[in-house]
Amino acid sequence: MEILNEMKIILPSHSVNEGAARAAVSSFLIQADPTVEELSDIRTAVSEAVTNAIVHGYRGTKGNIELTVRLLAEREIYIKIRDKGCGISDVKQAMEPLFTTAPEEERSGLGFSVMESFTDRLRVTSGIGKGTTVVMRKRLVSNGD
Amino acid sequence: MKMNITSEKGMAVAVLSGELDHHSARSLRSELDRFVITMQPERLAMDFTGITFMDSSGIGLIIGRYKLMKEWGGQLEIRAPQPYIRRVLKLSGIERIVKIV
Repeated sequence: MEILNEMKIILPSHSVNEGAARAAVSSFLIQADPTVEELSDIRTAVSEAVTNAIVHGYRGTKGNIELTVRLLAEREIYIKIRDKGCGISDVKQAMEPLFTTAPEEERSGLGFSVMESFTDRLRVTSGIGKGTTVVMRKRLVSNGD
Repeated sequence: MKMNITSEKGMAVAVLSGELDHHSARSLRSELDRFVITMQPERLAMDFTGITFMDSSGIGLIIGRYKLMKEWGGQLEIRAPQPYIRRVLKLSGIERIVKIV
């Protein structure tokens, strides 16, 4: 699908950058004139993916998180969040609601469930020692009203 | 993220404002727990009126405080979440164990 506009940013895996990622995505998507609810859904999904990269991907270490946002034709939003952390051994299990490997941090295990619910499509690919890539797509159905 | 806690007659109210994510939840959790463990109130209300964003980190925060309050038979309630925050709460099913008002 035709790419109308694109933003790529790299953020160090500091937890304060969870908010920075949300703010960057919001600023970029304003041009697509989403509703408050659509923007809120996307911000929440991005926050979950970036938090996963920080808490799970780079647990106890530091690295970079690559965030790509594309505005596609027909008001479709493409978001890719990639880390080069430890990777996920069993993606299917990790995507099960309430599954978490960080209960001591009070992680609810709902991150992927939120991403899945608040976007139209979610794809997760991961390799042990190579990192994890999350791709989400969401079509804006509103006319920005 | 800001928090203002008051306590009167066994009822503690924590008024929260700002964005609730994994980053802000950590400091909020320790500040809130210090107060609650000292006071051991019968009821704790977390007022979400001023929360402008929340992801599933907020669910972890609520479940953690629910478990803490249960240690002495206390109750937890969540007050006045915005509609988009209610969507995250609903997705988690937390309404089954914590009162949302």
